Amino acid sequence: MAATVTPQPKTNRIGLTVLDYRGGKTTLCAGCGHNAISERIIDAFYEMGIPPERVIKLSGIGCSSKSPAYFMGRSHSFNAVHGRMPSVATGAVLANSKIVALGISGDGDTASIGIGQFVHLMRRNLPIVYIIEDNGVYGLTKGQFSATADLGSKLKTGVINDLPAIDTCALAIMLGATFVGRSFSGDKKQLHTMLKAALSHRGTVMLDVISPCTTFNDHEGSTKSYKFVKDHEEPLHDLDFVPHFHDIAVEYDEGTSLNVTMHDGSSLRLRKLEHDYDPTNKVAAVKRLIESHEAQEVLTGVLYVNTTAPNFIDMINMTEQPLATLPESATRPSREALEECMEELR
Amino acid sequence: MATTELAVHGADQGAVREPVVNNFSIQVATVNGSGSQSANTVLLRTIFQMGVPVSGKNMFPSNIAGLPTWYTIRASKKGYIARKKEIDFLVAMNPETAREDVLSLGPGAVALYDEPLKLNELRSDLIFYPVPYDKITAAVCPESKLRKLVRNMVYVGVVARLLNLDMAEVEKALRKQFAKKVKAAELNWNAAKAGYDYATSSLTKVDPFFIERMNETSGKIIIDGNSAAAIGSMFAGVTVVTWYPITPSSSLVESLIEYMKAYRIGPDGKATFAIVQAEDELAAVGMVLGAGWAGARSMTATAGPGISLMAEFAGLGYYVEIPGVIWDIQRVGPSTGLPTRTAQGDISFVARLSHGDTKHVMLIPSTPAECFTMASDAFDLAERLQTPVFVMSDLDLGMNNWMSEPFQYPEKPQQRGKVLSAEDVERLGGFSRYKDVDGDAIGYRTLPGTEHPNAAWFARGSGHNEKSQYSERPDDYANNMDRLARKFETARSMVPRPELVRNEGCEVGIIAYGTSHHALVETIDQLQTEYGVKADYLRLRAYPFTRESYEFIAGHKRVYVVDQNRDGQMMELLKLDIAVADIGKLRSVRHYNGLPIDARSVTDEIISQEGK
Ligand SMILES: Cc1ncc(C[n+]2csc(CCOP(=O)(O)OP(=O)(O)O)c2C)c(N)n1
Ligand code: SF4
Ligand SMILES: [Mg+2]
Repeated sequence: MAATVTPQPKTNRIGLTVLDYRGGKTTLCAGCGHNAISERIIDAFYEMGIPPERVIKLSGIGCSSKSPAYFMGRSHSFNAVHGRMPSVATGAVLANSKIVALGISGDGDTASIGIGQFVHLMRRNLPIVYIIEDNGVYGLTKGQFSATADLGSKLKTGVINDLPAIDTCALAIMLGATFVGRSFSGDKKQLHTMLKAALSHRGTVMLDVISPCTTFNDHEGSTKSYKFVKDHEEPLHDLDFVPHFHDIAVEYDEGTSLNVTMHDGSSLRLRKLEHDYDPTNKVAAVKRLIESHEAQEVLTGVLYVNTTAPNFIDMINMTEQPLATLPESATRPSREALEECMEELR
Repeated sequence: MATTELAVHGADQGAVREPVVNNFSIQVATVNGSGSQSANTVLLRTIFQMGVPVSGKNMFPSNIAGLPTWYTIRASKKGYIARKKEIDFLVAMNPETAREDVLSLGPGAVALYDEPLKLNELRSDLIFYPVPYDKITAAVCPESKLRKLVRNMVYVGVVARLLNLDMAEVEKALRKQFAKKVKAAELNWNAAKAGYDYATSSLTKVDPFFIERMNETSGKIIIDGNSAAAIGSMFAGVTVVTWYPITPSSSLVESLIEYMKAYRIGPDGKATFAIVQAEDELAAVGMVLGAGWAGARSMTATAGPGISLMAEFAGLGYYVEIPGVIWDIQRVGPSTGLPTRTAQGDISFVARLSHGDTKHVMLIPSTPAECFTMASDAFDLAERLQTPVFVMSDLDLGMNNWMSEPFQYPEKPQQRGKVLSAEDVERLGGFSRYKDVDGDAIGYRTLPGTEHPNAAWFARGSGHNEKSQYSERPDDYANNMDRLARKFETARSMVPRPELVRNEGCEVGIIAYGTSHHALVETIDQLQTEYGVKADYLRLRAYPFTRESYEFIAGHKRVYVVDQNRDGQMMELLKLDIAVADIGKLRSVRHYNGLPIDARSVTDEIISQEGK
């Protein structure tokens, strides 16, 4: 009998193909940075072998916040209200702490209307990967400046931004996020690696990903255009990531590299381009970020990482089984308990 | 017409006066933060322990210390527990307000006052008893720092003597109040005894007021509505609680925290719940929806300003169809001014909370026992209907102490609604989130984490089709809105029915809800005994309204709707729903001065509108 050889599609460690991580067709503009980020997210989840059913995608409102519809269609998703995704994510993670939460926001969604919930999310160190798809404008409402627009950046209409940018990374570091990075939608390798490391972290991961808006903010004079970011990107290190399920001993040179062991046992190796940068030093990280603004650099890389701080779920001493699925026997105290409560009130 | 059953005839102190037994009100006028709450609770409990129906109402300012506070205790052998408008017995402890407090009493009332204030010079038609508090307190409390607190217990002793309270019951109530604080209990008990002894040796009783033992409270409990809601929520199986502190709702969650710590720690020593103090009410309700979406029984508690902030999310919850329970402990309008005063101020706002077309289910408890049962009802309804449910309590119910029958253990299993498991999805080969499969307009949902490739659905606001896919098609939107309207009809069949307190075919009908109920039972009696007006009475317990309410209105010539707000909010909602021919029958009775509603005001208003 002649054997027909059908080429087996490539699968990840749980037997899924990359197609199983795809979503609906994007409706964002061609060339929008957000689409590239969606692609990197698909690759990262696929390569990490995370079952899409274990993932929840949460977002606010904006072009960026629409993007969860365009990846990982097998994951539950919640398109919340503008700037309030962190609270919805918090509730969901409390209800089911076994789930992997991915939050997608925009710079408007985070740094203006949502700044309140954003800072409190960072402060709680809730286990979540929170991504800002940062284009310096409100894409969905047609291109007004957002609060991450750099001082002096110019809109197509010629309007110049005269207020300083909010640095969401500096803010996140100061407030308690335990994995903070900045990347660029056009830097495929760096973003891809950073996302995989993010998925190995238990705590708040905050990634500010510069993601140019081709329609409203990709012109000469904008500091969030593809060209500007390419010209001004200043990576702190080259990233390598070895997932915990790859049994490879990571060799590295102390002098030029730093190895971070993630919560799940994976290794993140940072090959230093800036030799004295220490991503475990909060104060230095914030200082370096402030300097980068003065120098008009787009500083990228893992800015801060702390794998020892307790996360919000650890702190509240919740039972192992997700609260959402606790049986009635666990959530309704006994008759005697009610009688005891009543007796105290007699 | 007399305002009390046994009016006190002048203050001729020599005249023989018929005793007034178990039917009067005591008001203690003090200063916020002076520690009088313990003394007042002891008085209340003592009367309760003597078997006499009693209620206590705290009228307090938005202030931590220094502003005037009034606590009213009403003893009523007939079991009336609404606020009594007239004060029979004043304990004037606040020099700032003493003058006004005394001047506002009706003739023949009693005023107990601090001797140096010489209040007795203000009027000749009252009965005055002077008490030298400083002297008595100094003798029993060597530590001058504590005197301010202990002083309050002196009036408890004096009042006990004058009203013939049993000192053994006073001691029992006092020791319960101070529970483990043995030293404080001792000090306070000495002060109470000193007050009692002073009254015995130095005062001659000339007023007619007495407490006599009855047997109307045995087995009953004393509890505030917020604690009742907390216990109810715990037994309803709440797992995620979020809040942002605001009077009068804070004590609900604070009490819940204590109960959950005591009764909801699992065998592994870990909590079967999470309670989070959020950064604001936007976040509190966002967390509730996130948790509800993920399958938890989640709730928050707030008051008007918080409800305002929740408006956007409330609409999203309605459109996405996510369960969640929101307790609104209603109070008077915006902060600064009267935030610590009661009102039914949010009825029309919450009914339609949010943008777009929204209608919300509201449950309206009248008693602590109903706070307890409605806590379960609210979760069952929220999960069955897949929508946010609001429980409309108020400050009077939530923060004041009420007598209640002990709560019954919930026998009904939790009703978790239409949730598909991975096996269900497998068997069905998939599902459409918003499809009306059963004809009740309620779709099926799956929870995040359901391990089936076809289990996921996309939660988003207005633009979705039956499969929860993004859609801006006119027919998808309209069909969905129509289904949501039908779902509200399903809600109508599920919410608690109104209570027909009396329905004997009278011409006049009265509709009331929430804490107005307690004034209304008394009003019904007053109307009949004082004016010969018989009236039927229906108590609303939920929105949407149900058939019983429409029939009640149709069956009466004139229907008074009692609201504790200026604009007759519930009446306006009724008008939108009832037959056009019946709209003209509705008449509004409104109470909105920040004080708990009283029967006399309602009776007067109805009588005036009746043209009598
Ligand atoms: C409460 C509220 N206010 C305003 C809007 C209008 N709005 C929609 S998207 C948006 C800005 C989104 O900007 P950003 O988060 O940067 O997303 P982008 O489109 O740039 O990806 C605004 C202001 C809204 N949806 N809700
Ligand atoms: S408007 Fe800008 S942000 Fe929105 S989809 Fe187009 S390119 Fe992307
Ligand atoms: Mg933007």
